[in-house]
Amino acid sequence: MATTTVAKKVKFIITRQDQPESASYTEEFELDYRPGMNVISALMEIQRNPVTNSGQGTTPVCWESNCLEEVCGACSMVINGKPRQACAALIDKLEQPIRVEPMKTFPVVRDLVIDRSRMFNALKRVKAWIPIDGTYDLGPGPRMPEKKRQWAYELSKCMTCGVCLEACPNVNEKTDFIGPAAISQVRLFNAHPTGEMNSEERLDALMEDGGIEGCGNSQNCVRSCPKGIPLTTSIAEMNKQTTKHMFKRWLGV
Amino acid sequence: MKGFYSRKLHSLLGVIPLGFFILEHMITNFAAVEGGPQGFKDAVAFLNSLPLVLILEIFGIWLPLLYHAVYGLYIAFQAKPNNGRFRNERNLRYLLQRITGVLVLIFVVWHIYETRVQVALGHITHEQLGSVMHDIVTQPVYFTFYLIGVLSASFHFTNGLWSFLVSWGVTVGPRAQRVSSNICMGLFVIISIMFVWSLIVFRNVEFQASGEAMIQILRTVIG
Repeated sequence: MATTTVAKKVKFIITRQDQPESASYTEEFELDYRPGMNVISALMEIQRNPVTNSGQGTTPVCWESNCLEEVCGACSMVINGKPRQACAALIDKLEQPIRVEPMKTFPVVRDLVIDRSRMFNALKRVKAWIPIDGTYDLGPGPRMPEKKRQWAYELSKCMTCGVCLEACPNVNEKTDFIGPAAISQVRLFNAHPTGEMNSEERLDALMEDGGIEGCGNSQNCVRSCPKGIPLTTSIAEMNKQTTKHMFKRWLGV
Repeated sequence: MKGFYSRKLHSLLGVIPLGFFILEHMITNFAAVEGGPQGFKDAVAFLNSLPLVLILEIFGIWLPLLYHAVYGLYIAFQAKPNNGRFRNERNLRYLLQRITGVLVLIFVVWHIYETRVQVALGHITHEQLGSVMHDIVTQPVYFTFYLIGVLSASFHFTNGLWSFLVSWGVTVGPRAQRVSSNICMGLFVIISIMFVWSLIVFRNVEFQASGEAMIQILRTVIG
């Protein structure tokens, strides 16, 4: 009763790069289809058996991933032309051959591994935290209205994955634009009743070179954010706050 | 000057005074549609009767235009368009804003040379501008060039008005940006129609200059 069925195959074209400075090249891989597989599980399969389409042995493809449930932001890569999280990229929903590339807006470390340091530096630049450390107990802070908490929670979902920077035509080697993620974080921390006490420091940071003025309103960020964060609303709100801050500084109030 | 302020100034100058100037220019041109050659002459005469007209031109048009153009080129060439990967309307408008900006700059330089510069050099008078325009737009190549020029200018202004509202924090939420987008694109259609209509009217025979002298003048203008 043995029925022979042709095993369904999944084809990948992966952009590879051995060194940060070396040239990139593509390699093709063909894997057996398994139900429910995603790009990460396919990469794991290649890691176990690093053989290309033509039967040639190769080095395993390098990538980064952690949580595998789209909350950590580590596995961002360009899949079929769109920057996204590889762990949430289900093979069943992708057109084949599946093209996987690193997000080249960032420095490529190796293969699909990129260096997102600029995003973490951006968070430091805009002081995306609430300074409450001290030598004595400061007591409870002011309460946050529930209505505000609800939209602020959406902003707090940002995982610094870098997809919005990859999608932005103004984040490139010709500019020093900080990118949408950090601007949205300023909105988050300026909305917090305790964080608000340091709001001007964050606004000043956004008004430095490479700050909020780099936005060109292409609005790709909000359409590509894997967490559905209203990034363009955040940018416009920060435009409003920085504009107000500018006039207040001029008028000395 | 820090990038924040120079970009804000660029955005502001695009609307005030340059946006106002485009609207004013549109209304003056439209006088040709409504009042024929005499109507257009009267509209031009009215503008030139404004007090301190040279000062108005320098501070209301030339200097803002120069700044907006130079800084605009800087912005345009900083862009790395990705419209192949992200095919959405706002991203297309981002690209068009930069392309039309460059087109408008080329068009405006050429147009100022043909009209304002020739008046300044004494080759033509304000009264003759209607017939100068007639001789330009009756040539199909220049008519096409002017058509592209005015459509680019209309788009660049109206789309720029939309992004001005975002950049200054007037329209914040998606709904506000959608409504202002509809209004601005409606404005684009109206402004385009009025500019193109007056271009077509300039082709009428009634705008033709009489006498050999005019032809001589135009030779020096068009070259």
